[in-house]
Amino acid sequence: MSDITIYIKDRKGKKHSVQAPTDMAMNLMEICKAYELPVEGTCGGMAMCASCQCYILSKHELPEMSIDEDLMLAETFYVKENSRLGCQIPITENLNELYIELAPEV
Amino acid sequence: MIHTDILIIGAGPTGLFTVFEAGLLKLKTHLIDALPQPGGQCAEIYPKKPIYDIPGFPEILAGDLIKNLLKQIESFEPGFTLGERAETLERLEDDTFIVTTNKGTKHHAPVVVIAGGLGSFEPRKPPIANLQKYEDNGVAYIIRDPEVYRNKKVVIAGGGDSALDWSIFLADVASEVTLVHRRNEFRGALDSVEKVQELKNQGKINLITPAEITDLHGENELSGVTVQKKGEEPAFLEVDHFIPLFGLSPKLGPLGDWGLEIEKNAIKVDNSYDYQTNIPGVYAIGDVNTYKGKLKLILSGFHEAAVMCQSAYQRINPGKKYVMKYTTVSGVEGFDGSKKEAKRETVQTIY
Repeated sequence: MSDITIYIKDRKGKKHSVQAPTDMAMNLMEICKAYELPVEGTCGGMAMCASCQCYILSKHELPEMSIDEDLMLAETFYVKENSRLGCQIPITENLNELYIELAPEV
Repeated sequence: MIHTDILIIGAGPTGLFTVFEAGLLKLKTHLIDALPQPGGQCAEIYPKKPIYDIPGFPEILAGDLIKNLLKQIESFEPGFTLGERAETLERLEDDTFIVTTNKGTKHHAPVVVIAGGLGSFEPRKPPIANLQKYEDNGVAYIIRDPEVYRNKKVVIAGGGDSALDWSIFLADVASEVTLVHRRNEFRGALDSVEKVQELKNQGKINLITPAEITDLHGENELSGVTVQKKGEEPAFLEVDHFIPLFGLSPKLGPLGDWGLEIEKNAIKVDNSYDYQTNIPGVYAIGDVNTYKGKLKLILSGFHEAAVMCQSAYQRINPGKKYVMKYTTVSGVEGFDGSKKEAKRETVQTIY
């Protein structure tokens, strides 16, 4: 298993290129935290706080949205068509070169 | 004025366990928490979720962990100031502290320990441009007195339990209740969803979905809102009150102004020797602190509570000798007169 590259645009518009391991059961929220990007991950990854909301900018195929994620997104703000919760997206090899943007803080 | 030995800010698992460790050292404790019930995140965000890394519990629900902690500390009779946020810290000449809450309750103690997790839970406010203008003039995030809404027109926004529960409750109080949610589906408990459906069918709740409130109107007080239903033209709705109920999110809040050294939204404690902050006598433990090697785990908070209490003992009783004891050996003597201890072995001679 190898690392993949993820591009993350922070809230100031700066683009970061980070390496994410695919064999540590990590998700996008955790990758942001590991690189000390300003993602709180308040609930720890239970799709219960939306502090890891991000916009998917590339055309990667992502895992289907669970009902929990969908309903959490229905209750947070600044939601767009391409909104996802980073904590619900596991890092897998097919996400190489995924490009995301952090949603505004709520 | 409430007097205690150790004033604990934050009644999450770390704050609660501090009561136990302090109690073993015969130190009295009092807890302040912004939430109306003890338990912090465990009780507020995920009471029904399992935790697998509490030593000795292969699996325990967060809510049950809190119940157990409350039982464990009961005999040490901690005081609670709940539903109030610790607002200011004042250091007195004798190096003791007064902490005052947003409701003006004053607490005096020689030691303050901040076990505030990610901060105090504040209502999440929707990004509506002129929202602030109407706060307390028609917009409220928490319902304190339902009578305020009697015979008034109320619009509630949100899709969780509180939005559903308050819509149900106010259906009998207000003259008109409108519930606005961005989806047709609701996240709340099934029976609440069914009840809202029933009230909608009876015409007691006006349900608008999928929609959101996008603008507020009124000279000084709120008199109407703009409702944007998906795929339709924005509509004006005459209302007296707008109650957005989008859950709570933790904010470090006033703690940030106490002169404490803050690093990455956490309070810096320069070592793991006693978890004291840059203000002597003020400690920070659990998720709220940061130091080299910090792990934000409940079990780390428990450890930090035990270490911190030993240091607090020395501060409160300078020079007084003490050695840490094992509860198996010495038992647990409550402040309520109770004593728990291991059964003594009986020795009997065989003739």
